[in-house]
Amino acid sequence: MTLSESVPGKVYTVESTKLNEKVGRRLEALGLIIGTKVEVLNRKKTGTLIFKVRGTRLAVGNEISAGIFVKEAVV
Amino acid sequence: MNQQAINVAFAGNPNCGKTTLFNAYTGARLKVSNWPGVTVEKKEGAFKFHDNQYKLVDLPGLYSLTCYSTEEILSRQYLLGDEVDVVVDVADASNLERNLYLTLQLIELGKPVILALNMMDIVEERGMEIDMHRLPEMLGIPVVPVSARKRTGLEVLMHTVAHHQGKANSVPVEHHHDLVCQSVHRHNHHHEFAMVYSDEIEDKIDDIEERLLKKYPDIVNPRWHAIKMLEKDVDIMKKYPVYVGDIVDKNYEHEIINQKYDFIEEIIDEVVMNKASKEARTDKADELMTHPVWGMPIFFGIMAVVFLLTFVVGDWISGGFEVVIGIVTDFIQKSMIGLHLSDGIISLVCDGIITGVGGILTFLPNIFILFLALAFLEDSGYMARVAYVMDGLMGKMGLSGRAFIPMLLGFGCTVPAIMSARTLEDTRDRLRTIMVTPFMSCSARLPIYVLFSKMFFGKYAMIAAFSMYVIGLLVAIGVALIYSKVVCRNEEKNCLLIELPEYKAPNARTIIIYVWEKVADYLTKAGTTILAGSVILWVIMNFGPEGMVTDISQSFAAGIGCLLVPILAPAGLGLWQMGVALISGIAAKEMVVSSCSVLFGMNINSDAGIAAFQKTLEGMGFGMLNAYALMVFCLLYIPCMATIATIHKETESWKWTIAMILLQLLIAWGMAVIVFQAGSFFIGG
Repeated sequence: MTLSESVPGKVYTVESTKLNEKVGRRLEALGLIIGTKVEVLNRKKTGTLIFKVRGTRLAVGNEISAGIFVKEAVV
Repeated sequence: MNQQAINVAFAGNPNCGKTTLFNAYTGARLKVSNWPGVTVEKKEGAFKFHDNQYKLVDLPGLYSLTCYSTEEILSRQYLLGDEVDVVVDVADASNLERNLYLTLQLIELGKPVILALNMMDIVEERGMEIDMHRLPEMLGIPVVPVSARKRTGLEVLMHTVAHHQGKANSVPVEHHHDLVCQSVHRHNHHHEFAMVYSDEIEDKIDDIEERLLKKYPDIVNPRWHAIKMLEKDVDIMKKYPVYVGDIVDKNYEHEIINQKYDFIEEIIDEVVMNKASKEARTDKADELMTHPVWGMPIFFGIMAVVFLLTFVVGDWISGGFEVVIGIVTDFIQKSMIGLHLSDGIISLVCDGIITGVGGILTFLPNIFILFLALAFLEDSGYMARVAYVMDGLMGKMGLSGRAFIPMLLGFGCTVPAIMSARTLEDTRDRLRTIMVTPFMSCSARLPIYVLFSKMFFGKYAMIAAFSMYVIGLLVAIGVALIYSKVVCRNEEKNCLLIELPEYKAPNARTIIIYVWEKVADYLTKAGTTILAGSVILWVIMNFGPEGMVTDISQSFAAGIGCLLVPILAPAGLGLWQMGVALISGIAAKEMVVSSCSVLFGMNINSDAGIAAFQKTLEGMGFGMLNAYALMVFCLLYIPCMATIATIHKETESWKWTIAMILLQLLIAWGMAVIVFQAGSFFIGG
């Protein structure tokens, strides 16, 4: 599944990403790499959402969230 | 005493309190300019502390030192240069994990780095603890706890700066982790560098370093350049063309980032105690502020308050200013008459210069209040949420969510609205927003609508006036859409990616400095252009081919008005007086009304006068349709002098400014022609 289909309040693990280079590198610099846990805080119907990664809250558009493949993490 | 100033560069993530710390040292005595060649703000400040003279430079907020953004490239070029003696890396101690990523990169860059752990007050408040002995050991650099808000640790930090200039990695590195024992790499780097990579990568770094040194024996910090080459950094590869294709068989950026974060996790495990026990307040607030349903109404509510404060309170103060200016003008006029100065000079001073200066001052209360409100929103952390809340709606037009703020403010006054576009980080977003903002009908255009709709639309006057606001909005949307779909269709879409900082109580000092900067900037840059423009307009309205004229119909403006007749005729505005009135509207849009009354010799301060004015106009063949075309034209054509000056100041480009003026003239003329021609066809036919 992708992050755009996630449910607020749940924690996910990043499995892979399919993003354009610039955005991908930016997210990597912010610590979003394979295996990183992200907590979804808030989501709009469109897939635009707010999540927390390494203590940072990020808001991303649906074009980005649809390119981040995740699976639900066992907490 | 040390004669040479110590050059200190402040680097850090966005939202780490870097600017607050910078301001704590320099106060308002800072110099704001641009980095050479780009429109990124550069802030500098100098001060003396104990026996040392310091020169601080505030770098833009950064997450990393790659070459993917202008800010990153110019920051690292600056940091690599000879100018920098010490780098102060400002980190948000309450969010160390993410902040350390930049720290590791700064250390790798090779300049002496001092880590300023900011927001220590928040760390303590949350019951977190940071091991201040272990952290410098692991990073190999001095670490100083500070709080920019509470103003603690500031002296210690500058002491450390003075003592560590010129000494890179001044603290011996102590690694405990497994890699040290297992490493089979031919050098043992674990005592030299904080960040040591896997053997595979370290081998490659050494090989590249060798080749770099052979070709460029003077290269500063070959290790950093080697790492950048492993990341296939375009900028560095171009600067040092060495063949490394056999070593760099793929892009190792991914591995390098991963290993840095592995090391960071290790640091956090060893150094931070009681992590994140009490940070739920922001999440609670966000549940409401960024709520899928309530987020937007809350934002509209906040914007309504900002709008009312800016324009109702601001205009009230402006009104006071105008009264004072009126009294001053009277006084100056009387004293000049008393001194028997020529009418020309009196008119230049009173109608040209004082009107110009007055025009600048009347905007001041609006700008002051607006930036006070914006600084409050920005410093509290709410501004970042606006981008998220408004992303869907504005995104459809190819604009950033934050573009909503300038567009809304545009209904009040275009000048502060365009200045508020600064809150947009991306330059392209900012230009796009500045381009559409003048189409939002500002309050100065209202008197035109009121007068002409009252004259020609009777009981439908309100609807006619209101339709202007709708047309303006539609044109803005249309232009934004066409621009993003046609002009920028090949550019990749700028999608939302923004950090939402924690909410916090705004800092008075930060806000005051922010507002002061904007106001001073407005007065010095836009102000001078407005003044020059007012004088030029005064000249063309008061001078003609025969010199100074008392009858405006003999002036240069009238001459230009006559030239405009054939152009304006298809729009139903083919009267030379209209041409002149529109030119005077460039000074300020409400001038169209007063110019009309002067040019047609009508008194519009009474209902009878307005009725007579209507008769006169109708006698000249100027009817309801012409009036509507005039309203449309006034809505859309060249913004006023002050706006033009502001656009130029904000875009820093005459090319853009002139392109915008031409675009608006074209749209205004086109729309007015369509209205008049289509109207004549339907009504006449």
